[in-house]
Amino acid sequence: MENEPAFFETSPTPGVVGQPLNRVDGRDKVMGKAKYSAEYPLPGLVYGVLKTSDIAKGRIQSIDTSLALKEPGVVQILTHLNLPKLAKTPNDPEGKKAIGAPMGFLPMTSDVIHYAGQPVALIVADTFERATQAAALVRVSYAAEAPIAAYTDKRAELFNPEKIQDGKADGYTRRGDARAALASAPIKMTAVYTHAINHHNPMEPGSTTAIWEAPDRVTVYESTQGVTRTQKSLSAYLGLPQDQVRVITKFLGGGFGCKGSCWPHTVLTVQAAKAVGRPVKLVLSRKQQFTSMGHREDQTQTLTLGASKEGKLLALIHEKTSTTSPWDNYAEANSKIINLLYDCPTFESHYQLGRANVMTSTFTRAPGEAPGSFAIECSMDDLAYQLGIDPLEIRLRNYAEKDPSTGQPWSSKSLRQCYARGAELFGWSKRNPKAGATRNGRLLVGYGMATASYPVHNSQGTARVRLYADGHAVVQAGATDLGTGTYTVMTQVAADSLGLAPDKIRFELGDTKLPTAPNSGGSVAAGTVSSSVYMAAQDVWERLTKMAIKDPKSPLFQAKAEDVAVEKGRLQLKKNASKGEDFMALMKRAGLDDVEGTGQGKYGAGYETGRPSNPAGPQNNTESEAKHSMHSFGAHFCEVQVDPDLGTVRVTRWVSVHGAGRILNAKTARSQIIGGSIFGIGAALMEATARDPHYARYTNADLGDYHIPVNADIPDMTVEFIDEHDPYINAMGVKGIGEISMVGVSAAVANAVFHATGKRVRDLPITPDKILGTKAV
Amino acid sequence: MNNFSYLQTAQAKDATAAVTGTKGAAFIAGGTTLLDLMKLNVENHSQLVDINLVPFKGIEQTADGLRIGALERMSDVGEHPLVVQNYPAVSQSLLQAASPQLRNMASIGGNLLQRTRCGYFRDVAFPCNKRNPGSGCPAQDGENRNLAILGGSKACIATHPGDLSVALAALDAVLLLENAKGKQRRVPLVDFHVVPGTTPQRETVLEPGELIVSVTIPAAAHARKSMYLKVRDRASYAFALASAAVGLDVQGGQIRSARVALGGVGTKPWRSVAAEKILTGAPATEATFRAAAAAAVRDAQPREQNRFKVELAQNTLVRALLELSAA
Ligand SMILES: Cc1cc2nc3c(=O)[nH]c(=O)nc-3n(C[C@H](O)[C@H](O)[C@H](O)COP(=O)(O)OP(=O)(O)OC[C@H]3O[C@@H](n4cnc5c(N)ncnc54)[C@H](O)[C@@H]3O)c2cc1C
Ligand code: SF4
Repeated sequence: MENEPAFFETSPTPGVVGQPLNRVDGRDKVMGKAKYSAEYPLPGLVYGVLKTSDIAKGRIQSIDTSLALKEPGVVQILTHLNLPKLAKTPNDPEGKKAIGAPMGFLPMTSDVIHYAGQPVALIVADTFERATQAAALVRVSYAAEAPIAAYTDKRAELFNPEKIQDGKADGYTRRGDARAALASAPIKMTAVYTHAINHHNPMEPGSTTAIWEAPDRVTVYESTQGVTRTQKSLSAYLGLPQDQVRVITKFLGGGFGCKGSCWPHTVLTVQAAKAVGRPVKLVLSRKQQFTSMGHREDQTQTLTLGASKEGKLLALIHEKTSTTSPWDNYAEANSKIINLLYDCPTFESHYQLGRANVMTSTFTRAPGEAPGSFAIECSMDDLAYQLGIDPLEIRLRNYAEKDPSTGQPWSSKSLRQCYARGAELFGWSKRNPKAGATRNGRLLVGYGMATASYPVHNSQGTARVRLYADGHAVVQAGATDLGTGTYTVMTQVAADSLGLAPDKIRFELGDTKLPTAPNSGGSVAAGTVSSSVYMAAQDVWERLTKMAIKDPKSPLFQAKAEDVAVEKGRLQLKKNASKGEDFMALMKRAGLDDVEGTGQGKYGAGYETGRPSNPAGPQNNTESEAKHSMHSFGAHFCEVQVDPDLGTVRVTRWVSVHGAGRILNAKTARSQIIGGSIFGIGAALMEATARDPHYARYTNADLGDYHIPVNADIPDMTVEFIDEHDPYINAMGVKGIGEISMVGVSAAVANAVFHATGKRVRDLPITPDKILGTKAV
Repeated sequence: MNNFSYLQTAQAKDATAAVTGTKGAAFIAGGTTLLDLMKLNVENHSQLVDINLVPFKGIEQTADGLRIGALERMSDVGEHPLVVQNYPAVSQSLLQAASPQLRNMASIGGNLLQRTRCGYFRDVAFPCNKRNPGSGCPAQDGENRNLAILGGSKACIATHPGDLSVALAALDAVLLLENAKGKQRRVPLVDFHVVPGTTPQRETVLEPGELIVSVTIPAAAHARKSMYLKVRDRASYAFALASAAVGLDVQGGQIRSARVALGGVGTKPWRSVAAEKILTGAPATEATFRAAAAAAVRDAQPREQNRFKVELAQNTLVRALLELSAA
């Protein structure tokens, strides 16, 4: 805390932070003026289109491009035979690490096929349509082998990895003796949960526009959640100094995790631009999107719990088996949330992986927390019913006053208030405790609830403020706006930090030329960037204060810096506010057009310990050195109406209440929570990618057949936040809200379905076939 | 998509001549099926003949019933007062189909010719007997959750995905077709689509170059009292897992005439004469409806993932009959 003054104290006058400001980029977006990464009409631009593999395993025997090359407008066709050589590839562990690649394999570097949809050629032509047709005309002959489609295949070799999630989490965790505790527990329950393959499916597909400005300098307009991460990856791939690679992302049409890393199509496009000596643009087709940027893996979780007759948890044992690629040991770390959500003295978790012919899965909104919460929150519901205790009450009986997984106190936790407020808004007390007993005509009505939690990950970043003597400011950070409102909330933070109206601020982001900000992932952007902006503003005030106290013409001449405070752009004595002056007067007198300040914001454990965050990820030394465990918490309440004959489940009411620190903008935050909850309802009720068991190839890779919720699926949603002040996480007291919004959602829905029908569906998504045959209990 | 040449004509005979005489030629109306499949390389046409200016228009009462031009748009037909009043099942089947944008583009003729959503059919990397005769049918022991339980064969179990055709099958609609010689013929909708048998590539009796001119639906009490019920994975904008088009003429609790067709479960719009036989003359009770539903799926041959459709189809049909008889 010493290193960064607390925002709460320095801005006593209410400002625009927290206000439901309209999006500052809203008008540009609806006018079509907001340029996405595939919308830069560069001179000489040509179009790249991927040709992908028909088979899921085997080798390329030959590629015949003769027909395709005859297609008018075709400039060049790249394959593994003529792709310009890269300095590094992720095909070896050292290269993978240097690149920070999400997958230990780069297509088009050999003739080996590991998964269906793997790029085998990149066709460059003068129009998108011609490139697309030429791709169809490229004839690839394969020596196909029988692929393995999933861990469920009998031929899949299953193993227990030491580490999962790219080495970021342990494959085995143990706290106390869960087996012994289970053996002596009066209540024992085991349940098996499965989760379908889910795809992020942002509205804007992955896209790259690459232009080589010089033989050793490239600019890339990229659809990414982090320009700096992409820059680092490309610089490693290309063997160029980081500053020779510029990455720009001014607007993003959603990411949800799939744009959190630099995937193969990006570097392949950069290489294509090199090969043809012209700027190349490549946009993934929707179908290619399903095999280009990862997915949430297919998985089974077995959760065993032991409890006392009063419903107090005694033991939790979690096992997860999931599909991974031929090279990586990727699995979402589901067990983390199970280890900390409730006060339980013992815990054990195991991961098991099965290799299959699929690309590596990746973080998908609330990775681990979303499916993990499905298991624990349904099991808690089971326990409640078995013991005849209200589901809300069982959670209160197991309320964790500190983080059970580490023993640390929470930096803040408003979960009790979330439960209470949510229950009140929803009318939880009106719930009939008996399952299958509430009807609306033919429909069965059910109430369900679940807890949400998401960590405050450790992160840091920099921002720059340039304050002009005319009362305007330009504020910059190389952050990304995923479409969720970063432009807007940072404008608000800058406005209050500088004492200016929001329309006097221009906030710039999405360019590696700007100060480095973290990836917009893991819900760290708002917390990190807001701190950086705030710190940069403080830097400006420090400079101006120094000027003032040295300036004989200033009312503050010879004052002590620590006695000066800034209030709405006025530098004044803390004890005597009438003594002071406006920053514009001070700057004009000094003949200064502008003053620049920079600031480094830390977020999470790094903020508390004052130590830099470790890029290896959340589980690092800084985190264990922190005194506090930092998490957001929330509660979802859901009403469903189930048609037992037709199997349809409709969510008819929804209430979410979260305690997520300071809310920067009431409107965009509410929209975030609504969006995340809808994402979760999609996973709960309809989202599933089908992979053919014999061909290891998706059969519904389009938005007509991969169902995401439409308006008619979603009721009016009530969202509230608990007022929460957390001084340990960052200067602003901001926790992220991008992911917590979806944690627990599928459990709330499944629990409501159980309450409605008496049938426990543990296999997501809960489609009509899984409801049929339900008769009220 | 391959390159193609494009011809637009307002004359039916020019259109039929152009398609009959040219290999790889196809009519295009709204294009919502055709262009989709061309982009997927499932269909490759060298020439498209745009028929949108051909005057196959109009929604009008005739002596034979309601005549609907094949180039009327789904949205216009679905909302037309004559359709809403006298053929509610037809209106509902249209308005529950696709999305408003698609319905504004898509024509009635094109709708009847839409092709299966079988994922293997729509991806040229897979074998598929319908797309590539003799290559095999991976759906039989693969992803067949959405596929048909009725009318399938060893060669193909693809579902006919349409909604309108189910309502039209139930209500005895008749298509008017016209070929390049200007010769017209009438084909009842139930005979228009064919089951796959050993030739799944053949989906209708339409001859190459033959146009759908119009659809006529006879007036009837069971048409005025009809409904379409569609069950799907989400509340809107999804194809049917199961659907039922039903028409009833009930007097004094007795069913005088009944019409039943199922969607989402058959390789073609599935008219069930067996169900109608049980309904006709019987009391309009749930027991009767259950018996009729059982008869409708008696020949079902479910696969591993679509077994639920046997129950779902029956429940859908029973629900539709219950709602209709209560209305
Ligand atoms: C995402 C999506 C969702 C959909 N959901 C549904 C749904 O829920 N329910 C549903 O019923 N449908 C649904 N559809 C299908 C949609 O209704 C059809 O694509 C549409 O009705 C086809 O009409 P069209 O005029 O666009 O046909 P086109 O694409 O123009 O033509 C289709 C075929 O018919 C031929 N053709 C067209 N008109 C004639 C004619 N008069 N005579 C002879 N041949 C002709 C063409 O040559 C072509 O082979 C959906 C489609 C999409 C893309
Ligand atoms: S069911 Fe029919 S359409 Fe589907 S794969 Fe088999 S043959 Fe092809």
